[in-house]
Amino acid sequence: MAHILPSAPSSLLGRFMPRSNLALARLGVVLALLALILFGALRYDGFVGLFNILSFLKFNSMFALVALGMAFVIMTGGIDLSVGAAAALASVAAAICSTYGSAAGILGGLSAGLAVGLINGVVITGLRIQPFIATLATMLAANGSALLLAGNQSVSIATDNNFMAIGLNNFLGLPIPVWIVVFAYFGGWLTLERLPVGRRILAIGDGEATAKLMGLHVERTLLGVYLFSGLMAGTAGVILASSSFAGQPTEGIGWELIAIASVVVGGTLLTGGVGSVGATLAGALLLGLVFTVINFENGKGWISLSSSWQPVIRGLFLLAVVVLQAKLAGTRRNSP
Amino acid sequence: MSALDTAPSSTNGGPVERRLNARQATLRFLGRYGTLLVFASLLLFNVVFTPNFVAWNTLTLNLTQVATVVIVAMGMTLVIATGGIDLSVGSVMAIAGALAPLIFLDRIVPIPSHTLGVALALTLPLLAAALCGWFNGFLITRYRIQPIVATLVLFIAGRGIAQTFTNSELQTFNEPSFQFIGKGFVWGVPVQVILMALVVLATHYLVRRTALGRQILAVGGNEKAARLSGIDAAGVKRLIYVISGVLAGIAGMVVVAINNASDAARVGTLMELDAIAAVAVGGTLLSGGRANVLGTVLGAFVLQLVRTTLLANGVPDAAALVVKAALIIAAVWLQSRAERI
Repeated sequence: MAHILPSAPSSLLGRFMPRSNLALARLGVVLALLALILFGALRYDGFVGLFNILSFLKFNSMFALVALGMAFVIMTGGIDLSVGAAAALASVAAAICSTYGSAAGILGGLSAGLAVGLINGVVITGLRIQPFIATLATMLAANGSALLLAGNQSVSIATDNNFMAIGLNNFLGLPIPVWIVVFAYFGGWLTLERLPVGRRILAIGDGEATAKLMGLHVERTLLGVYLFSGLMAGTAGVILASSSFAGQPTEGIGWELIAIASVVVGGTLLTGGVGSVGATLAGALLLGLVFTVINFENGKGWISLSSSWQPVIRGLFLLAVVVLQAKLAGTRRNSP
Repeated sequence: MSALDTAPSSTNGGPVERRLNARQATLRFLGRYGTLLVFASLLLFNVVFTPNFVAWNTLTLNLTQVATVVIVAMGMTLVIATGGIDLSVGSVMAIAGALAPLIFLDRIVPIPSHTLGVALALTLPLLAAALCGWFNGFLITRYRIQPIVATLVLFIAGRGIAQTFTNSELQTFNEPSFQFIGKGFVWGVPVQVILMALVVLATHYLVRRTALGRQILAVGGNEKAARLSGIDAAGVKRLIYVISGVLAGIAGMVVVAINNASDAARVGTLMELDAIAAVAVGGTLLSGGRANVLGTVLGAFVLQLVRTTLLANGVPDAAALVVKAALIIAAVWLQSRAERI
């Protein structure tokens, strides 16, 4: 967990004890994740089998990446509603560019994501428009651009080069998207916990005016954060195109809200100033795992939960987490 | 505007000050009337260039298309005025839209009287929608959960709830007495347009003429101050989310009535974005404490007219989205610039 004022643990015990109610909430997410995995492992055959684990991780890698970008944006006190549309646009761009080689496909997808992030950053810092409105607009624009580029249908990727390997192949036993997630989250953790820019991001989330008075490069940092979110969306788009063999202009609707839910479940407050990279991953995996557990439960045949129950259960999950979080954090937030 | 406010943007001195003032005046004018100007010029453009634009059918078609957005956006304006946001409106529309046909088709319980069935179909979904709104308000006031997260719960779960009601099946029906709200005409005016007008008038009256209206603005402007001056801030907020829920419920039923069918997966999708965009273009700041009711109507009309204009002139719907995005940014930028003068 990262906070703007790192309080040094006074004892060895202190190092392992949650230092605040929020940290306790985050610990709760990890415990809930472990409990759900244990539940699944005991109840279903093949739940902890290699195939299931790998396909689960691969499928959720896109959501995990988008959630990581969202986590950084939310830590600065902002929000990025454009990530889903940006990922869809990136998948179309990647599919179109993949005919010029796998590198071109990757580059095309990433640049599409970065372009959306750049517009977000410029509109928010340059025109000083609230992130909610700015990214709402770029969401519409990215959605429209994706449909225009793709001609209102999915665009198949080139199959004569290595582009589809990203979504298909394994490296050292793990699917490539999973490696990307590992690197992205390690980089995210490093940035937040070990680099000056991490402190800067949290300082901005704590109070933008104060951060500015402290002489921090607020605008540059915000621009970087929205670029990063765009890059993550672009990466998710490349994975989407590669693993579904097509650029999907209408995918990604609602991804932004799933990502926000993951970040919130991960204990990051939407007010900014606090955040955790690890708990965001736990949050994203937890929400994904709910789906998997329902699928396995259906497979057992005791009950039959139709797919429409999945959002209901996910919503209830989000509800439980935010109410719990509010209760735990309530005392702390009410007495500043 | 005091000198202190203008100081950072000007370098002082007489002539410079005056030139800036002229610019500032233009900016403020554009910030206030920019949306109206865009609306007027779009109308003018269409009258001149779009064939068959000046026709009763074009007018009623556009009004029927925009009616549900305006109805939902009225609730959104109030919610945003209290400093909140309601992402759940689309899902609430789906819930109300799924429930209504279930009731008059006797899918829940057999209702002996046909009239009673339709009457219940027109009221019970609104109760359900009110309950959804109350739930949002409860989360926000009781647990102090941020509105965007609190309403995210129903945004995610609500559509699923609607789909479980209908087993994810498309429900088709032919029930003229119920469908009157979506397909009926009174003196040549579509019923949902009349509904829209009534909702707009009621909201305008509420904000301008009632104590509750003042309380909404006070809560959105400074909640703590409002509480200290004796306003039941939590009660006001809960009521506003209930109103937003009910209006979404009305819109959901109208959509279903128009379509002769209820498809829980599609009713009201992306409605929250359309409503928020209308509010933003209409000049209500998202920070709360303001409610420009007629501005929101204008905002919704402009966004609708942009779409009509582009479609009528052969521009694909996807490109209209990009234009819409640019319009939202431009409108909000102008208004916030005018605000800072």
